[in-house]
Amino acid sequence: MIAVGDQAPDFTLRNQDGEKVSLSDYKGRRVMLVFYPGDFSPVCGDQFSIYQEVKPEIAEKGVELVGISVDSFFAHQAFQEKLGIDTTLLSDFEPKGEVARAYGSYLDAPLGFANRTLVLVDEEGKVAWTYESPNPGEFPGANVIFDALS
Amino acid sequence: MNDLTSAPIAPVGADDHVRGEGEEGLIVYADLGCPRCAASWQRLCERPGRLVFRHFPVAGKHPRSPALHAAAEAAGRQGSFFEMVDSLYAERGRVDDPHLWERAERFGLDLERFQADRRSDEAAARVKRDFQSGIRAGVAGTPAVFDACTLQTVREREF
Repeated sequence: MIAVGDQAPDFTLRNQDGEKVSLSDYKGRRVMLVFYPGDFSPVCGDQFSIYQEVKPEIAEKGVELVGISVDSFFAHQAFQEKLGIDTTLLSDFEPKGEVARAYGSYLDAPLGFANRTLVLVDEEGKVAWTYESPNPGEFPGANVIFDALS
Repeated sequence: MNDLTSAPIAPVGADDHVRGEGEEGLIVYADLGCPRCAASWQRLCERPGRLVFRHFPVAGKHPRSPALHAAAEAAGRQGSFFEMVDSLYAERGRVDDPHLWERAERFGLDLERFQADRRSDEAAARVKRDFQSGIRAGVAGTPAVFDACTLQTVREREF
């Protein structure tokens, strides 16, 4: 897992609409990277649905959530529509999981996806806080995010 | 600004929705649009002791949930909270507005008052209060069940 105080590795990935998004686009703002195993798994759906419910309160803290998984951006678009969420979802698709690996979130074969990991990146692009779930089947409640932002 | 940082489960209070009597029992954070909650509801109600219902609607998963929780609150203002909850879980295919009106009439509620109450800021605030207490306690899915005395999590296999 990447360490607090490290420079957050920059990346450029496609969002759910196929547009390129870079971490450096968020410079000057705080962003919470939400690594997760994959679209349409029941737990992932719960995670983003619950985060959506408290999105206004997270925004009040001046933080944007950005989801990252190994799914294609087509899958992200369908997942976003299914859940009725508007959280930006980035596609860590090719090379598969490269960004998750850079943050120390990737779970190697036979799993082959990111663990549920939260990484708060500060205005200067440094890692300010991290959280890693004990296993991919458990996701951090929204309270964990608010604890990090308090 | 709302504080949604971690906090222990709130103990049972005077304005909680409580079915049954006694100190022992369960607190359940439930979503009225959630099929897993519906499947567990009967079992939860048959447990000895009291059952405390707390609202945890997740609109992204169940778009009708906010309206159903507001309807339950409105029914509760006229003494029929659990009748409404039981009925919504028993008939999950009947959750549109005409179905809510039909229930209100069946329960003998003042329909005009029911309509006003379910759209009131007070009902929304009451639902939100429970939801936020669940968020603070780390509720991450429904039903989320806690022991009413110890306030510790109760796993699904235990109820």
